[in-house]
Amino acid sequence: MGSTWAVDLKDIGAVYPLLGWEVIMVLVAVAAWLLWHFAQIREEEADHADDVKRYGKPEAIKKALDEQHSVWS
Amino acid sequence: MDGNLNALTTLFTEFYYWVTIVIMFLIHVGFCMYEVGVSRRRNHLHTLMKNTMLAPLVTITFFFFGWWLYWAMPNGPFIYQGKGLILDGVTGANQYLPWAPKMGVNLQDHITGVFWGAFLLFSWTVASIVSGSLIERVKSGAFWIIAVMIGSVTWIIDAAWGWHFDGWMVKLLGYHDAYASGVIHAIGGGTALGVLIVLGPRLGRFMADGTPREFAPQNQWLVTVGLFLIYTGFWGFYAACNVPIISPEVIAGQVTGTAWTATTIYLTPTTLSGITFNFLMSLSGGLMVGYLVSKGNPFWTYSGGLAGVITASAGNDLYHPVQAFFIGGLGIYIAYKLHNWVERRFKIDDAVGAVAVHGYCGFLGCVFAGFLLWGYPSSPYEGYATVNPLGNTIGGVIMFFVLGFIPGWVVAKILDGFGLLRVPRAVELIGLDFKSLNDEEAAREDVRRAEKALV
Repeated sequence: MGSTWAVDLKDIGAVYPLLGWEVIMVLVAVAAWLLWHFAQIREEEADHADDVKRYGKPEAIKKALDEQHSVWS
Repeated sequence: MDGNLNALTTLFTEFYYWVTIVIMFLIHVGFCMYEVGVSRRRNHLHTLMKNTMLAPLVTITFFFFGWWLYWAMPNGPFIYQGKGLILDGVTGANQYLPWAPKMGVNLQDHITGVFWGAFLLFSWTVASIVSGSLIERVKSGAFWIIAVMIGSVTWIIDAAWGWHFDGWMVKLLGYHDAYASGVIHAIGGGTALGVLIVLGPRLGRFMADGTPREFAPQNQWLVTVGLFLIYTGFWGFYAACNVPIISPEVIAGQVTGTAWTATTIYLTPTTLSGITFNFLMSLSGGLMVGYLVSKGNPFWTYSGGLAGVITASAGNDLYHPVQAFFIGGLGIYIAYKLHNWVERRFKIDDAVGAVAVHGYCGFLGCVFAGFLLWGYPSSPYEGYATVNPLGNTIGGVIMFFVLGFIPGWVVAKILDGFGLLRVPRAVELIGLDFKSLNDEEAAREDVRRAEKALV
């Protein structure tokens, strides 16, 4: 894209910055997408493991269920 | 755009699709409210995030490869006359690669972005259909992989096959599914069923003798408003399934004369006015029968309205309004009975009835359209099979089972094999939001203590 709009618009196509770098931009975005899944799954697994460790005993679960009944329902 | 009429038509079409996208956003708002309303308080945040985050994930993947698949796959590949992927030419897929100049702000192209967006909102919808069934025990990470699978791969392949003017199912089977009974709803319900079989029911859902316990919706108002918003968004969905204005020269098929028209995705003529009759009549049929068959249960009455529209959608471009009314009623009647039978017989815990409302009704919609529209042309072009019961039934099976159930079951099995599908038993029992809710309560208590100290 040039530095002026004094042009016939029928001659103008794509106008976004970094024309010609589209493949690189897409590859970076695909990598970001895949990394997001890895990071999210790791985070979720760690959260669940922590929950099980802290509240996984039968007494703790029963207490949690009783508390929910009185507070959150 | 050469000529004022051409420019006006193009810019009108651009704005038309843009508006449909805005309206269809309401479907997603409705699904979020509905799912949260059905889930128990201890799982609200998890349920909300699970549905919300499918939107960005399906969006980016639909940009990366979903849209390309739609244009590449109409021949199968290799199902229609041994032809492969369609990559080049006027409708070739390579112009929709994510790095192609059309996939951005391009002054020579006013349609690609809005057409892509309309299809993307269908993608969100189909992934949301699956989401509701799995609440309160599926891991978010697993669901989002399933959402990408159905939202950016399997449904868009079925659209290329049966919801594209050049799709092999339209050519060979005469498949007709104007407002997506099969291509959105049957595949969504089929996928949900495949995943549910592997995932299993929520803890406590069934008694020892197999009788289901009622997990009543936690917030009827959220469910009500959510379903009304889904109805509202459905108007945008119907509009987005049409080409709003097109000339016979552009269709370039067998249509003669000079009369411009709106068309379905197959470029067969219809009118927005006509589908308005049918949308409302099928909604009414579903609501009325849903109310009766469920003995006034609000959850199934509202779902009945949705089911009515879904069942009539395959042929709502052509039905008489009274036909749409009865088809809508019949759809929810069968789906309701089947849902309860499957639940008891196979212990399938479909928390929102999505397999019934979307899956069974979507499939039935394909079958009914095959009979009622028997002999209608499936396309304005020569050489296409006409609409027929066998073709539409096979089409329904492809949507529900081949592209819905099987991929859902396989991917769920793989995720389950890696231990990634279902939350640990203890976490399910205490609730997925347990830690967050405890933290919130602790923060409130801290504020209360601080306030008391100021007295």
